[in-house]
Amino acid sequence: MGAPGPAANSSSSHTGRPLVEFQNVWKTYVTGAEPVHALRGVSINIYRGEYISIVGPSGSGKSTFMHILGCLDTPTSGRYLLAGTDVSKMDEEQLAEVRNRRIGFVFQQFHLLPSLTAWRNVELPLVYAGVGRHARKVRALSALEQVGLGNRADHHPNQLSGGQQQRVAVARALVTEPDVVLADEPTGNLDSRASADVLAMFADMHKAGRTIVLITHENDVAAAAERVTRFRDGRFIEPEQAAA
Amino acid sequence: MSFFETLRSGLEAIATHRLRSGLTVLGILIGIAAVILTVGLGEGATASVNSAINALGTNLLIVTPGSSTTGLVRGGFGSADTLTYANAKALANKKDCPDIAGVAPQVQAFATLVAGNNNWTTTVYGSTPQWLSVRGRTMAEGSWFTSADMAHAANVVVLGQTTAVELGLFNPVGQTVNIDNVPFTVEGVLASSGTSSSAQNQDDLAVVPLTTAEEVTGTANVSNIYLQATSQGTLNAADEEATNLLLQLHGITNPTEADFTITTQSSLVSTATSVDKTLTVLLAGIAAISLLVGGIGVMNIMLVSVTERIREIGLRKALGATPGVIRRQFLIEASVLGLAGGLAGAALGIIGAEVIPHFISNKIAISGFATAGAVVVAVAIGIVFGVYPASRAARLAPIEALRSE
Ligand SMILES: Nc1ncnc2c1ncn2[C@@H]1O[C@H](COP(=O)(O)OP(=O)(O)OP(=O)(O)O)[C@@H](O)[C@H]1O
Ligand SMILES: [Mg+2]
Repeated sequence: MGAPGPAANSSSSHTGRPLVEFQNVWKTYVTGAEPVHALRGVSINIYRGEYISIVGPSGSGKSTFMHILGCLDTPTSGRYLLAGTDVSKMDEEQLAEVRNRRIGFVFQQFHLLPSLTAWRNVELPLVYAGVGRHARKVRALSALEQVGLGNRADHHPNQLSGGQQQRVAVARALVTEPDVVLADEPTGNLDSRASADVLAMFADMHKAGRTIVLITHENDVAAAAERVTRFRDGRFIEPEQAAA
Repeated sequence: MSFFETLRSGLEAIATHRLRSGLTVLGILIGIAAVILTVGLGEGATASVNSAINALGTNLLIVTPGSSTTGLVRGGFGSADTLTYANAKALANKKDCPDIAGVAPQVQAFATLVAGNNNWTTTVYGSTPQWLSVRGRTMAEGSWFTSADMAHAANVVVLGQTTAVELGLFNPVGQTVNIDNVPFTVEGVLASSGTSSSAQNQDDLAVVPLTTAEEVTGTANVSNIYLQATSQGTLNAADEEATNLLLQLHGITNPTEADFTITTQSSLVSTATSVDKTLTVLLAGIAAISLLVGGIGVMNIMLVSVTERIREIGLRKALGATPGVIRRQFLIEASVLGLAGGLAGAALGIIGAEVIPHFISNKIAISGFATAGAVVVAVAIGIVFGVYPASRAARLAPIEALRSE
């Protein structure tokens, strides 16, 4: 309906300010002899409540995009607005708060702390949010309950299967009720059963109104999202082009 | 994140890495205990030598036979028999030596004392009635021998406390003690000098009149002469007067050919102290090296620990930890380890200082300065090398930290 904006794939069903706005974002790594442009002018709007998947070939820059989106890394140039605020203008303290309150990250490698039990891993973001001890435990246990691991709360990561560890990581991403959940190949290390479990959890989250961004290699995984985007050579490609 | 949460998380990290934490604490502990003990050994040696020298009396000059070419403390007594009781009497003459307040010539020899079934070998001194005041001693019981005893070469003896105890004499005054098979009557017992625990025990001795000793030894020579100056300020004058008089009595014109040596008590102290200072510095150097080695160990473990945990730092940052929170967590970890090692090391050092002297003859004096200094240095090493790399890691972008191997 509306005039196509500069951003690729802006969904016409949403109105108002996007939650995430990328405007011509570049990321260049200068490690070797010649610079590697991991992102070449990424522009995208993501709205509150969207479930969007990103597919694309290996090395195309999906993870790099996701890290910048999650404020784990900074762009070389371009603008990134999160809920209307320019992230590049934030100091370390503000960034920490954004990561803590607005973003829930699910990594392909789980990234759980091996020395802590499942529920202590899940409560970690709440520790940094300054939530009291008792409330933390209640919320961590209920998040574990949500991912079906209520009976594994006192297990250490090395006592859990890969699928269970990833579910703990999902619980950790959920527990702060973030604006957006970012998942970088969350099913990459899982078999199809475990993958289906994790995807079912994302579907539940989406129904509950959470914004979800999911990176995947697999088309059937991507299809679970309501909006599928394609990534190639450091940028999103137009849907028509992708379909071609 | 509250201080309590940070403390808890620091303590958890320490508990998680028990072996590494234990090694860190051990490194600090050994370094500090070594510093405390080695410095304490040096200071203990100085203190015991000083107290032994001061127990000889006050404002003393000691005349010994034989010449001293080096001017340093001599190991033994001179071999030349050049000092006599007559010399001592001359030195007591106020006209020639106005700055000498007391003169105590000493003959000394080892002898076996027998009382009842007990016998004990000790140093027997022959001296004049002035010995008591020159050597700064007092009586515990009985009385000191008199000029009359001296004149009659009476067979009377005054015992030191240790000697009396070793002879099993509980009411010694009036009892008979055989010295090399000659019966002596005990006139009194000296009050303790407070050096009974040291190597130079001034309580293990017996004193008889000089005249009696001369009869036994058959010679008029004395082992040495203790002179007491009238005051601290007249020590040099007394030294000069005694030197001139003795040179004259011995018919020596060239002072460099003197056949006696006069040593002041203060020169004894300063020589002994300077020797011990060197010892202390040497020991402190060894201690500093062991602290340094311990510190390098701590530094190593801390660096490894932080490097190993960069991913953890990255994850904590990704979950919302600020660099300040990360720094504080490592600061607490490092301080707890440093303090634990520091306090345990101080405790071990202090316990060692109590226990070790039971096995070796040396005293160990705890130096508060060295103890505090060692603890501060160790804690500082732990903190600097734990917090510095952690705070660098805390400034990395979370993804860089997460990706690091
Ligand atoms: N830290 C880095 N230093 C140098 N180059 C990097 C770095 N991180 C990523 N790159 C490069 O950036 C490009 C994009 O990498 P990225 O990890 O974003 O790809 P991806 O789309 O996630 O791939 P995959 O599907 O295999 O995970 C790659 O060419 C990679 O080599
Ligand atoms: Mg990737």
